[in-house]
Amino acid sequence: MSYVIKGETGQWEVVIGLEVHAQVISKSKLFSGAPTEFGAGPNTQVSFIDAGMPGMLPVINAHAVEQAVRTGLGLKAKINQRSVFARKNYFYADLPQGYQISQYDMPIVGEGTLILDMPDGTTRAIGIERLHLEQDAGKSVHDMHPSKTFIDLNRAGVPLMEIVSKPDLRSPEEAGLYLKKLRSILRYLGTCDGNMEEGSMRCDANVSVRPVGSTELRTRCEIKNVNSVRFVMQAIEHEAMRHVDVYESGGSINQETRLYDSNKGETRPMRSKEFAHDYRYFPDPDLQPLEFDDAFVAAIKSKLPELPDDKQARFIKDYGLSAYDAGVLVAEQENALYFEEVAKGRDAKLANNWVSSNLFGVLNARGVAIGDSPVSAKNLGRLLDLIADNTLSSRMAKEVFEIMAETGNAPDAIVEERGMKQITDTGAIDAAIDQIIAQNADKVEQYRSGKEQLMGWFVGQVMKATQGKANPGVCGELLRKKLKS
Amino acid sequence: MPDFTDLTAMTIAAARARLAKKDFTALELTDAHLAAMDKARDLNAFIVTTPDVARERAKAADVRIQSGKAGALEGIPLGIKDLFCTEGVQTTAASHILEGFKPQYESTVSQKLRDAGSVMLGKLNLDEFAMGSSNMTSYFGPVKSPWKAKGRADDLVPGGSSGGSATAVSACLAMGATGTDTGGSIRQPASFCGIVGVKPTYGRCSRWGIVAFASSLDQAGPMTRTVRDAAIMLKVMCGHDPKDSTSAPLAVPDFEAALSKGVKGLRIGIPNEYRPDGLNAEVAALWDKGIQWLKDAGATTVEISLPHTKSALPTYYIVAPAEASSNLARYDGVRFGQRVEGKTLDEMYAKTRAAGFGTEVKRRILIGTYVLSAGYYDAYYLKAQKVRALIARDFTEAFEKCDAILTPTAPSAAFGLHDKQDDPVAMYLNDVFTVPASLAGIPGASVPADLNSEGLPLGLQVLTKRWDEETMFSVCQVLEDAAKFPFLKGAP
Repeated sequence: MSYVIKGETGQWEVVIGLEVHAQVISKSKLFSGAPTEFGAGPNTQVSFIDAGMPGMLPVINAHAVEQAVRTGLGLKAKINQRSVFARKNYFYADLPQGYQISQYDMPIVGEGTLILDMPDGTTRAIGIERLHLEQDAGKSVHDMHPSKTFIDLNRAGVPLMEIVSKPDLRSPEEAGLYLKKLRSILRYLGTCDGNMEEGSMRCDANVSVRPVGSTELRTRCEIKNVNSVRFVMQAIEHEAMRHVDVYESGGSINQETRLYDSNKGETRPMRSKEFAHDYRYFPDPDLQPLEFDDAFVAAIKSKLPELPDDKQARFIKDYGLSAYDAGVLVAEQENALYFEEVAKGRDAKLANNWVSSNLFGVLNARGVAIGDSPVSAKNLGRLLDLIADNTLSSRMAKEVFEIMAETGNAPDAIVEERGMKQITDTGAIDAAIDQIIAQNADKVEQYRSGKEQLMGWFVGQVMKATQGKANPGVCGELLRKKLKS
Repeated sequence: MPDFTDLTAMTIAAARARLAKKDFTALELTDAHLAAMDKARDLNAFIVTTPDVARERAKAADVRIQSGKAGALEGIPLGIKDLFCTEGVQTTAASHILEGFKPQYESTVSQKLRDAGSVMLGKLNLDEFAMGSSNMTSYFGPVKSPWKAKGRADDLVPGGSSGGSATAVSACLAMGATGTDTGGSIRQPASFCGIVGVKPTYGRCSRWGIVAFASSLDQAGPMTRTVRDAAIMLKVMCGHDPKDSTSAPLAVPDFEAALSKGVKGLRIGIPNEYRPDGLNAEVAALWDKGIQWLKDAGATTVEISLPHTKSALPTYYIVAPAEASSNLARYDGVRFGQRVEGKTLDEMYAKTRAAGFGTEVKRRILIGTYVLSAGYYDAYYLKAQKVRALIARDFTEAFEKCDAILTPTAPSAAFGLHDKQDDPVAMYLNDVFTVPASLAGIPGASVPADLNSEGLPLGLQVLTKRWDEETMFSVCQVLEDAAKFPFLKGAP
């Protein structure tokens, strides 16, 4: 089911590599002690270092280094115990030093792998080329004055991880899955919150096309700074189509940087080649090479959480869930934790149904995260217990669940308060059945003469008589016994 | 009423002792220097004088002396090279582009000097962004050396880039001064002006708050009239600073204690490569004299080879401009200093930097940008880094055979204020003996050794291995004792 663009001259395959800028979760900036909090007033989180004042020097934030290593380990990547910070030189008003401190030919993390779970149940391994640490630039605000630009340096120096994939992605869908999976891993690791709206995760997509069957890599274009998964997928689709159109009309693609306009659904060039930068990378002489030992890496490794892939495998094995169901549960760590609390010591498949269908249904409808769920895992577990011990029928349980979702109350209290206890006491059901049999001799006769579909009617009558509290199983069993005799 | 001339001609060590004995007050000492500075305005040693700051700090020093809480440099009047950021006091790096810039912070080195009780007299002139060997490139005009050649009236350069520092100390306008040395900027002006200049091991002094020229080479150091004074000042200036990632986490040795160790049994290396054909005969003769002084004091000499010496200057003139081209990118008119408006951002940059930087700074930015450019990086910058490693290895190997190296500091005595201006390469040759140690990161000091036939100072340079400033000071002290250098105002 590969993604193919049918052109006039033949079929085309799209080749995609993604560069993700992930803001490192860190209290302070990469090379200064200034805070990184989002949403503060302009230029309130700026140190002299961030502002590029004369004589100021960068000092590496050790926590950010740990976060990068943690992420590298999460991506099953090679950790480079010696890496080098380099200066990327260019002039821009929101780049106070006149260079960005980044890593060039010696990044902190080398090659790794990210597994995609395809909807058809197969998996795809996508190569990670590298991960490096770098500082963010500030923000230029052009719309506050007709002729002036305002600069906010709060972001300047904020630590970023640039995570570069190999050109292994073959469809917009795969690109979307890659971003979601990467975000999931980063969130599990606690190294990036993955919030694309606030800009803490940004994506550049490198896109090229080639005839199906070809292994060449044609000229790529880089679509910069796309800020949602959906837009990344759309941008890739549009860009790939554009390449096909250009090639098929005899043209050629220029390597360039483009921007995606989500309103018009098109990409357009960002800066032309004449202004292509020569970044004059060289090792930053203000910083020593970044070096750490095995023990440093081992200490981080020992504290890694169980990551989505491992958790998914365990859910399949321990709870007998399908790969798809397990995949849905593990995408967010909190969901998986919630599920496990509900499933512990209970019927795991039932737990999955209640969590994935009923609970997620309510949460999605209300746009609420699981952390703010009105139904606690403890209460949902208790509800399952009430089903298991026949206190509630599944129909009644759904009713109780709705009340739980409304009120946040515990199921026992709801059952108690509303007298919703299922009747499993055969004596009480017996009495109700005897009365119904006595009052409906004609129906009994018809049933006994072979009209067995009347069973449903009898059950309905019993339910009516018990205000729906009779256990439907017990009820059917007793009815069959009594109607036969 | 003390004799002010006497006060300014004193050494730091003597002033320290006499302040403690309360022979005079710190305020009197400071006023004496402020008066001397006033009389010597023509030398243009200071870009900014800070008499109010000075008198205030001197008064505070007197209080501490009175209460027995004197710091290591309590009440000692010093000049601060205008490359060190000083809180609330204009800091320009002698560049128009920073004119009017008053930092809200104090460099680590000047803070340490402050904390030790010293008194800042003002900000000393220098070559623009410390780029030069004559102090001719300052936007605030050249500094004149207080020295004159015998029978001649024309002004001489003090050397550079720490030219204001050298003149101030030599002319007794300050008891000591901070300098910075990237390729010789402490040692060469010290040699030209007949004072002591010490560039410690790279990483010994924090670079935090010093306007950067070439980050992998820049190093602060003291400029004083005696070796002992340099030892006293350096002890205060250096030490680990977590704010500078290249600052070494090492304890500060007692440099002053090393002064009395002598050189008996030390092996002094004499590098062949520092005696090229055409070396100034008087310089060569002085070198021989220095060798003899050390031998007389019980040292042995050993011929050594530093085979990559000839590559040092070209290497330096790739590495330093490369780093400078990047370090100076922040002077863009956006956040501080001078700005010339333009219709676009690029135009603003171009106009601001065209107006703000002088010719030599522009030349080095262009060289640096070129050597880092795509297609040239490997041939220039990368190769220079490799050669730099070889130069460092030369020294490492040499120090297996010797404990210290003795060379001339500069290939000549000071030249006229208006000589050599048209030929930047001839100017760069001033640093031929000082640049290799800078590239290797090893400590080096210049000690005034003698006057040439024109009556101008010549210095000898002592180099030791990394972190061995103590041996360097021992050798310097022996040279100083033997040289009996005739200071401008008599023996300090």
